[in-house]
Amino acid sequence: MTDFFADFIDAVKTVPLIRYALLAGIVSSLTFGVVGSLVVVRQIGYVASAIAHSILGGIGASVYYSRVYDLPWLTPMLGAIAASLLSVAVIGWATLKFKEREDTIIGAIWAAGMAAGLLFLHYAPGKAVNLESFIFGNILLTSKSDVIATLILGVIVMSLVALFYHKLVAVSFDEEFAGLRGVSSKAYYFLLLTLTALSVVLMVRVAGLILSQALLILPAATASRFSRSLWAIMAGAVAITALANTAGLALSYQYDIPTGPFIVFLAVVFYALSFLLRRKRA
Amino acid sequence: MSSRICERSRRPSPKLPERTDTLPPLNPLDPAGAPHPPHLIECRGLSFAYGRSRVLDDVSFAVHRGESLCVIGPNGGGKSTLAKLVLGLLEPTAGQLTVLGKSPREARTALGYVPQAMRFDPQFPIAALDIVLMGRLNHLKVGAFSKKCREIARAALDEVGLSGYEKRPFSDLSGGERQRVMVARALACEPEILLLDEPTANIDLSIEAQLLETLAALRHRMTILMITHDLDLVSSIGDSVLCVNHRVHRHSLPLSGETIKEIYSSRRRLEHDRRARDQHGDPCLCDHD
Repeated sequence: MTDFFADFIDAVKTVPLIRYALLAGIVSSLTFGVVGSLVVVRQIGYVASAIAHSILGGIGASVYYSRVYDLPWLTPMLGAIAASLLSVAVIGWATLKFKEREDTIIGAIWAAGMAAGLLFLHYAPGKAVNLESFIFGNILLTSKSDVIATLILGVIVMSLVALFYHKLVAVSFDEEFAGLRGVSSKAYYFLLLTLTALSVVLMVRVAGLILSQALLILPAATASRFSRSLWAIMAGAVAITALANTAGLALSYQYDIPTGPFIVFLAVVFYALSFLLRRKRA
Repeated sequence: MSSRICERSRRPSPKLPERTDTLPPLNPLDPAGAPHPPHLIECRGLSFAYGRSRVLDDVSFAVHRGESLCVIGPNGGGKSTLAKLVLGLLEPTAGQLTVLGKSPREARTALGYVPQAMRFDPQFPIAALDIVLMGRLNHLKVGAFSKKCREIARAALDEVGLSGYEKRPFSDLSGGERQRVMVARALACEPEILLLDEPTANIDLSIEAQLLETLAALRHRMTILMITHDLDLVSSIGDSVLCVNHRVHRHSLPLSGETIKEIYSSRRRLEHDRRARDQHGDPCLCDHD
């Protein structure tokens, strides 16, 4: 066991890829823990999933247009951000406008995003795109600039939550009453969806499109089984996400396991354990 | 019980009248020139329909300052719709409604609204004080609530007998305590009118007694408009009763034997008047105090 930790610490010190991956995992935990908790208490996990999947459309479009029109600045990350914000606009508008059909509309956006992404990537000129790295992520490809971008995005997300915490909570608890006290429930619903979208984009590098929403939701859901205040859930979710990221990275490095899926697998294990522990306590 | 008091008519609703703006102005100043309107809530010829389904039809009534008016009636009769109109959550199809001499939307912040506690997620991770602080949301721009807001919220919790419950999670509270937290949240709005939607729904009798005590203390210092099915609550808290079943009947309290008899026969009267109006266009039947 001592050797295992010594090996991992040695790798963190000497291998920049591992160091950046660890930093990205820890920094992104702040965002996921906080936003994931809001997503869980607001019960919009399926909306987060739809946003995550629709991002593929943006990634595909950015790869296609950057190659066809020689636009090197049009990176997949930029495409992912644009697609996530577009899906926030469409999903937010659709859920507020057609409440009774929101699940169908969200399902359609989910599928449309993925289909568009696959079509764009299929017709993109040049060498074939490694689709797997977008779908399942590869935290080991994290660069120094990725860590800085993650940190900046994290600071933006955390600042917005700190500034509007009470209003976000009020809208999640009692939308009607918050509206009567002058808080626009629509505006804060869009804010929450935007925070969710930005968090998911952040997570694409770590866990990919398919698994990112699991990492957003599972740690917060795990923490919510033991905490009865939102602050405690947020703190717990941050700790669980950081633990899953770090342990997942260390174990996958040691035993040569695909890192992204293994991090998510650990998050699932923690969630399952929470049921056993909670039952024991009860 | 209330469904027997004024049972919903199943007759098809006649066509709604066009919206009119020709009614005389509401809420003139009182003869002494007092700055406050004589009626806190004034409603004239109010109608509302969800699409083609008419819910309120030519309703007129007023709520006086300091009055406790209980709104009773069958499910689907329009009680909750009336509350939503007073809160400015819905716009009338026809007629006029003013709250404190303003449009309901403008007067929103002067109302303390207590919804049914059962509609909330009982596991929502929030403490009692944080719920009460929602009554101060219109005083919050960004960041944390001011010290003054926190003091007002604590005082509101104290007023409903929940001093020391500030940090208690919502999930740990009993049904009655949850409902009192909702009353405290409304009080934290520093309202002129307290609007309660079935405050005793789904809580047991022992808890209801605590809530009754809280409301009885409040009725002496503010105007109360309360939707309820609970006739015990009506007799304990109310000054008068508004029976809503698409149209309205108003009755004073305490209800005498004769009045109770009158209430119980209201179904026939509602039917009769509706039929008369359909045939002759007679818009009477309201405010019969």
